[in-house]
Amino acid sequence: MQIVVDLTRCQGYAQCVFLSPDVFQLHGQEGLLYAPSVPEDQVQRVRQAVAACPVQAILAGEEVAAGGG
Amino acid sequence: MAGELRDGRIVVVGASLAGLRAAETLREEGFTGSLTVVGDEPYPPYDRPPLSKQVLIGGVPADTTGLPTRRDPDADWRLGVAATGLDLLERRVLLADGESLPYDRVLIATGTRARPWPDAGEAALDGVFTLRTRDDASGLAERLDAGPGRVLVIGAGFTGSEIASACRERGLDVTVAERGPAPLVGALGGTLSQLAAVMHRGHGVDLRCGVTVTALLGDGNERFVGADLSDGTRVEADVCVVALGAVRNVEWLADSGLAAGARGIACDAGCRAFNMYGIVTDDVFVAGDVSRFPHPLFGYQMLSLEHWGNAVAQAEVAAHNMINPGPLQRPHLAVPTFWSTQFGLNIKSVGVPTYSDHVVIAQGSLEARRLAVVYGYRGRVTAAVTVDMAKSLDYYRHLIETAAPFPPPPGAADRAIAADVPIPSDVPDPKGLSHEPVVALTGHLPDRRLMVVQPTR
Ligand SMILES: Cc1cc2nc3c(=O)[nH]c(=O)nc-3n(C[C@H](O)[C@H](O)[C@H](O)COP(=O)(O)OP(=O)(O)OC[C@H]3O[C@@H](n4cnc5c(N)ncnc54)[C@H](O)[C@@H]3O)c2cc1C
Ligand code: SF4
Repeated sequence: MQIVVDLTRCQGYAQCVFLSPDVFQLHGQEGLLYAPSVPEDQVQRVRQAVAACPVQAILAGEEVAAGGG
Repeated sequence: MAGELRDGRIVVVGASLAGLRAAETLREEGFTGSLTVVGDEPYPPYDRPPLSKQVLIGGVPADTTGLPTRRDPDADWRLGVAATGLDLLERRVLLADGESLPYDRVLIATGTRARPWPDAGEAALDGVFTLRTRDDASGLAERLDAGPGRVLVIGAGFTGSEIASACRERGLDVTVAERGPAPLVGALGGTLSQLAAVMHRGHGVDLRCGVTVTALLGDGNERFVGADLSDGTRVEADVCVVALGAVRNVEWLADSGLAAGARGIACDAGCRAFNMYGIVTDDVFVAGDVSRFPHPLFGYQMLSLEHWGNAVAQAEVAAHNMINPGPLQRPHLAVPTFWSTQFGLNIKSVGVPTYSDHVVIAQGSLEARRLAVVYGYRGRVTAAVTVDMAKSLDYYRHLIETAAPFPPPPGAADRAIAADVPIPSDVPDPKGLSHEPVVALTGHLPDRRLMVVQPTR
């Protein structure tokens, strides 16, 4: 699973950081840094973070399967 | 008519953020025809902002920033092949491998590339990098892992500053050389550039402003060992990152007849490309960093943005308009928004800070390193930048959208206007800076050729 956070929308509420500290980390007061490629054992927690984010800034999904390229 | 537009052949050129989001939106909005996405990089779409942040700090490998999809865009991905031309009459995209792809509508989303160091021989020295792609980032991260004695960063725009910040976080010695008077001054003006300079120095960066790098030096074996500066000093370093801004990927359109130039491809508010005579096309669309588009909030000047959020928003509008008839088309009116994470600060910008004559510190203070600066132009609010105050940003966006009077009334959030004396915004002429600004106002004309005789390049 891959994630991307729309950081123009993120307001640093840090719910994601509480739910999945291995994937999301605050850098300073409110700068969010994260691991775009979610380890298998964090997938459940990341799904919770996606649901909990008050501004719906986290998108989780699969990468493009670029066949035929 | 609408039904017809939902079918047919669409080609998207550029397989990155804008290209991917456009492809998804086309399907989400009911496009059932054939969709081909052409990209010259060998990888499926990946995210670039982490490349100068998480990836350089360490822990996140450069090849793990692939973008998640909202849905499978069910496209034919032609990766690792560049588009070399566009035939507007025959409606074909020409590819480097000799093939050509017929289209009914085409989206241009070829973005930008890193501006190279002007001396090709010096740029080729081992240890000299630019940072735009996954491969750039993995090469640079590998060098940083090896623990170089010093890193030289040329250009203190957002990317250069983030690179310097990441190096300091790793404990590496860093010198930053910037031609302008302070970091970020081209994007944020005088007030916040003072804070940026304090942050660099406070974190141990050897910051040299008002200087240019005159030569990159090799050791005789093509390895980078340092650089000469215009003030007569020499910096010894093992790694050099050239962060001089971006160049629009428009060369492949040189013979197309489109209004494509150094500032990007001009399009209207509906993302339709202009041709070189200023006539709008109805089957060629543009989105993302490669575009130039007019914005009513900024005097209808054409904006060139290098903003993640703009690439997403504009791609969605372009895709919508590609499959809807005129009366159902939408304008791209999103207020430009940008973020940067550096030296532990979260810097966010809304509006166009360079479109300003004065600023006020509306909340917080420079000393606290937590503040909101509001920018005004001729008595109305045109931009705001927050440092560690992201929650206030929506309020300021609202002021910009409603063309609120400047200076803004108190009541933004926790306190009255911190310093209600507007001071000059002090945005310098970009010509005096090392890096290109990530927001540029580029005037009203769709194509310079309408005004000047094309000089020889
Ligand atoms: C290191 C870095 C850090 C950044 N940090 C931030 C940030 O903190 N905040 C922010 O708002 N923005 C940031 N950005 C900017 C953001 O990444 C861009 O705005 C975004 O990538 C634009 O997407 P795009 O799809 O328009 O263009 P691009 O991502 O440039 O994609 C264009 C694609 O088209 C391809 N292409 C070019 N020419 C051709 C051709 N002829 N044929 C086929 N394919 C072609 C290119 O190779 C590329 O893959 C950062 C960018 C970089 C490089
Ligand atoms: S929960 Fe959402 S708003 Fe909060 S830090 Fe995470 S992504 Fe940002």
